[in-house]
Amino acid sequence: MSRIKTVLGALAFWLTGAMPLASAQLEVNISTGVFEPTPIAIPDFEAKGVDPEIASQISEIVRSDLESTGLFVLTPPSAFIQTDVNIEVAPRFADWKIIKSDALVIGSVESVLRDGTELLRGSLRMWDVYGEELMRFEDESGALVSGRRFLTKPEDLRRIAHKISDAIYSRLTGEDGYFDTRIVYIAESGPKLARVKRLAIMDSDGANVQYLTSGRYTVLTPRFSPTAQQITYMSYEGGIPRVYLYDLQRGRQEVLGDFRSMTFAPRFSADGSRVLLTEAESGNSDIHIMDLRTRQSRRLTTHPAIDTSPSMSPDGREVVFNSDRGGSPQLYIMNADGSPRACPSGGRDIACRITFGTGRYSTPVWSPRGDLIAFTKQSGGRFYIGVIGTDGSGERLLTESYLDEGPDWSPNGRVITFFREGRPGAAPELWSVDLTGRSLRRLVTPTDASDPAWSPLLP
Amino acid sequence: MRRLMMTSGSLALLFGVVACSTTPPPAPVVEEPEPVIVEPEPEPEPVIEVIEEPEPVVPAGPLAGSLEDFQVNVGERVFFDLDQYVLTEDARSVLQRQAAWLGSYADVKILVAGNCDERGTREYNLALGERRANVVKDYLVDLGVDPARIETVSYGKERPIAAGSDESAWALNRNGFTQIVSGAAS
Repeated sequence: MSRIKTVLGALAFWLTGAMPLASAQLEVNISTGVFEPTPIAIPDFEAKGVDPEIASQISEIVRSDLESTGLFVLTPPSAFIQTDVNIEVAPRFADWKIIKSDALVIGSVESVLRDGTELLRGSLRMWDVYGEELMRFEDESGALVSGRRFLTKPEDLRRIAHKISDAIYSRLTGEDGYFDTRIVYIAESGPKLARVKRLAIMDSDGANVQYLTSGRYTVLTPRFSPTAQQITYMSYEGGIPRVYLYDLQRGRQEVLGDFRSMTFAPRFSADGSRVLLTEAESGNSDIHIMDLRTRQSRRLTTHPAIDTSPSMSPDGREVVFNSDRGGSPQLYIMNADGSPRACPSGGRDIACRITFGTGRYSTPVWSPRGDLIAFTKQSGGRFYIGVIGTDGSGERLLTESYLDEGPDWSPNGRVITFFREGRPGAAPELWSVDLTGRSLRRLVTPTDASDPAWSPLLP
Repeated sequence: MRRLMMTSGSLALLFGVVACSTTPPPAPVVEEPEPVIVEPEPEPEPVIEVIEEPEPVVPAGPLAGSLEDFQVNVGERVFFDLDQYVLTEDARSVLQRQAAWLGSYADVKILVAGNCDERGTREYNLALGERRANVVKDYLVDLGVDPARIETVSYGKERPIAAGSDESAWALNRNGFTQIVSGAAS
């Protein structure tokens, strides 16, 4: 137990930049700057009354989910000594210590009949190998349980796997998982001078791609509601570019608001009840906020400069946005009620500039955890995805390429997805990076892809 | 050419008639009349010149007031400097021609699109493109074009006209594009 805690304590430091409650071992890790992913063993889940192929597939998805985080290293099955694990029985800890697995996950997949319907049930237990004890889970009511079980329709077997991954991730890191989520994005095809851009949605691991628009008109910059199965995005359907709302359950879209001119760059508020967007009129872009229930909107900025890409803090009190009011695109923070605030650089103003590094900053997105703002930075002919404190301190660049653009956060605020054109003329691809910048991965899509945005955890 | 020959023939006839009326009265004897065509006036040079005159009038360029006329003789696009929305001298002279042309063809309605190069984010470029489109519109209005004839749209960096990823392509992709939507001759 202690060893797992230590590694993940170090992880907490890397993720937040803040010192967790320290132990001696932890300090060693930090000063050496060495990050060791936690070794974890996940033998194929036992198939009980189902095709072993299904159990194997679920186990593989779980392994792939966890490995994708960069926080865990999966012990290869060829190294396993004990091959007769059983979810009901404690493992032979010595066999797992020898192959240096800190944690061992034992699972099963079975077929269950409920009201005449055949369902699939996935179960797991997790063992602390060095502590030689069962790692208990908290269930939804907060009670400690010996393992987790998930029940679903057989066709949703991938979701059972992602739920299991989320349970393991959450138990080991103390954070919510982000595997049972979806990503909405723009699927691109065709030559550069006649690109077709469609709204698309897929599971967070790239499975189950669906296209939501036909490609007859261009759509851009989708964002997921943090609380509902809704997407907001910008579309050229009807000629004038406007912000739309798409209801995934009903499969219906509608224009958002009754704006006279073009609207773009939408984002939901953290509680999902409002959408912030930009209206451009007569050459001046300003930020508005619309209540989704009343459909009343309010203008937040009145500056003659470009004000766009608004993102609200999780508590709803502040808005970070992109403005060129200082002569080049930079990030500014204002109070959501428009009242003056004390700026980090001194003085009071309606909006305070928070970026002062060399280069141009745009597309700020407030972390769901509230402590950081992700952005796109352009400097010296290169593009970067980075994060910065809400007071403008602690800027860190996580990625760099010919074009890295458009960050959005995983719902737990630990991973950032964005799109990349790796070199001049390269096709856009979806990528993700964790907050340490260490785990940089491509999300494979069937077509070229851009503008990824993450859903909340599915219910 | 056929027209030329026919016209010469009728002229020859005319001269013939004139020649006849100036001949002395003939003897009453039935004789072969003096041939009318004796010594016809030579085809007069000036006549040929007159006949050739219509030829250069046949129009060689695009139909005046047409989309092609606008594209070829006026210019559809003005170009912007990096991250700029200020009109250059070149852009102003193109827009002056556009305004004059639009003054001649009052039924024409236009859509001005603002475009950006790929070296910026989508959202910022949508705002910048909108600003460029409106700078073009405002200048045309200053030059006397009725604002009711001008719509604007921003395509940000979504509609490049040059596929490259170098400065020359980016320069072409930073533009204001005046598109005729209705009212042109065809």
